[in-house]
Amino acid sequence: MAMNDLHTSLAWLPRPPQDFTTLCLSVLASAEDPGTRLQWLASHALDEIQLNQLARQVARAHERGYSLAPLSPFKLGLISTANTDFIAPALVATALRYGIALQCAEAPFGQFAQQALLPDSEIKRAQPDAVLIAADYRGLPLRPTPGEVAAAEGTVAGVLEHLAAVREGIKRDSNAICLVQTIARPAESCFGNLDLAMPGTLRHLIDAVNRGMASSIAGTEDLLLDVAALAETVGLAEWHSPLEWNLAKVPFASMFLPLYADHVCRLICALRGKSRRCLVLDLDNTLWSGVIGDDGLEGIIIGQGDPTGEAHLSVQQTALSLRDRGVVLAVSSKNHDEIARLPFRTHPEMVLHEEHIAVFQANWNDKATNLKAIAEELSLGLDALVFLDDNPSERGLIRRLLPQVAVPELPEDPSLYARTLMASGYFEAVTFSAEDKNRADFYRDNARRVALQKEASDVDAYLASLEMVISFRPFDDVGRARITQLINKSNQFNLTTRRYTEAEVRDIGRDPDCYTLQVGLTDIYGNNGMISVVICRRGCGDWHVDTWLMSCRVLGRRVEHAILRELVEEARRRGISRIIGAYRPTKRNKLVEDHYAKLGFSITERCEDGTALWQLDVASASCDELPIPMIVERSGFDVIAAD
Amino acid sequence: MARDEIYRKLTHIFQDLFDNPELVLSPALTANDVDGWDSLNHVRLVVAVQKAFGVKFSALEIGNLANVGEFVELIEAKL
Repeated sequence: MAMNDLHTSLAWLPRPPQDFTTLCLSVLASAEDPGTRLQWLASHALDEIQLNQLARQVARAHERGYSLAPLSPFKLGLISTANTDFIAPALVATALRYGIALQCAEAPFGQFAQQALLPDSEIKRAQPDAVLIAADYRGLPLRPTPGEVAAAEGTVAGVLEHLAAVREGIKRDSNAICLVQTIARPAESCFGNLDLAMPGTLRHLIDAVNRGMASSIAGTEDLLLDVAALAETVGLAEWHSPLEWNLAKVPFASMFLPLYADHVCRLICALRGKSRRCLVLDLDNTLWSGVIGDDGLEGIIIGQGDPTGEAHLSVQQTALSLRDRGVVLAVSSKNHDEIARLPFRTHPEMVLHEEHIAVFQANWNDKATNLKAIAEELSLGLDALVFLDDNPSERGLIRRLLPQVAVPELPEDPSLYARTLMASGYFEAVTFSAEDKNRADFYRDNARRVALQKEASDVDAYLASLEMVISFRPFDDVGRARITQLINKSNQFNLTTRRYTEAEVRDIGRDPDCYTLQVGLTDIYGNNGMISVVICRRGCGDWHVDTWLMSCRVLGRRVEHAILRELVEEARRRGISRIIGAYRPTKRNKLVEDHYAKLGFSITERCEDGTALWQLDVASASCDELPIPMIVERSGFDVIAAD
Repeated sequence: MARDEIYRKLTHIFQDLFDNPELVLSPALTANDVDGWDSLNHVRLVVAVQKAFGVKFSALEIGNLANVGEFVELIEAKL
């Protein structure tokens, strides 16, 4: 896959559902709230054909007189030196993504100046809110005169005057704002490397025109659509398709239409003051590599000298530069507050510090609840938030429960996190003022933590949608290395923090008095691998839970409920009367202090060192009430006859 | 890729492009038989086929196509 595929395929958006065509055709089946459903369909990474399918449904909705509220209407005039038939439907569909019900007024092909200058042209009669002035180098009087300085200056001045006249013409008869496109240079050169130094070459002329356009925009309400930058980002040789130009005067390869349309619409969105204003950051494996609660300050990777550390550093630098231009930063992490703040306070390589973070939510609640608290604390709508998290299931949860929040997809490789975030354009700005510079500082009471409302209510429905499959196996040769790793690495969700060598793990697995579990979990996002380990030792007809640990990545999935049910059922089969669990406190495992209480155990003893003993009567234990939203698979167990 | 498979893939593209889930392709089908198959959609069709099959066409090849059967033969020759 090509590198620029990140941009071309709108990789920050989730892939469209498999049955997109069917969903699209049925989106108007009921007249109720079609706007919201259209917007949801548009929130995916759609290709040109899918954008056209969606645009046809918008046209149908208009024909039937359906209201598209809560989408806000916007009228855009299109004048171009090339074919706009391709562009209009893609714009209409893409605008839905930004909550805009766009209507396009197109000028007839070839009427670039006429439409702007005549007082009653089609464009002007439509009374647009804005007009997109889309000139292509082939449609402007850009005659190359290599080496002729005066002629070249005359050409540049002529083109700029022409474009200025078009803008003035539009302003004369309407209140429309002009969106003026810069010009993508052709991929072909004249001399080669000499072009940029040689006045009068096409490259030299176009550069001068683009700079002239940019300065003519400054101080006006008109805006620049920097198509030249867009084309350079994806590559000029890809951007310009001679075949498509020759066939139908398509000004750029239509594979870039979804990207182009997104750039136009993010500009309109920014113009309407609806750009995002707050970036909510996950911590573990987003701002640094590793899990601070398990790996500790020395174990996380961040900073210079390590490619992964530098990748995460660039995420921090990007966040900080966003803050410098007025984007508010917040943190949402499943962690203990004190532990989560540690790197910000003491890690020398951290670029982000507590004073940069307006709201700092590190706790064990679901992230939907935390994001709502962040928005409320900052007096921002949820539609002002962007949520950056490496974990696909956290992203899925927020998309499902809080669809107003923008949640960029992230690639596997953290090196591309920063680029993906910036390519998304969520923070597109049309102005930059002194207030913007200081806005983030207005939140003086930094790194606050705010109280939470009750848990988001739809978590159960979300968990069911994950299609989780949990698998139970006893310790075996294949799993031994990973079991040993988990036993020696897990700190947070670890009831006893007993460490064992690989040889000891082997002996435990062979001990007939030990009942062992290695637990795997898969979900719609893929295989999470081995996520939990349990060791029970038999003594006096009871099971003593020697070890119970779990990866924090699957917290809040009800995995511990599924494990408890497995233990109870197996204990019954083996004639075990009680399951006895211990919580041995360490600096890092406060998370599971109430683990056994939550699972219905009763406390029998509390020692001075904080160790607590809990027990569950197997005969009377009822696991039926525990919600366990997953399929259970077992393998590798011998059949045990009841005693 | 077998010819059946080409037809299957091509049918999906046609159905989505012309917004007609019932559209059935036959070798003799021409632009006149399909609602909305104008020059604009022809270019969209060509671009979508290039992407779906990973092939490239020249303007000459595209211009010479008389019906769906010839289009399939052209795709087949490029694979």
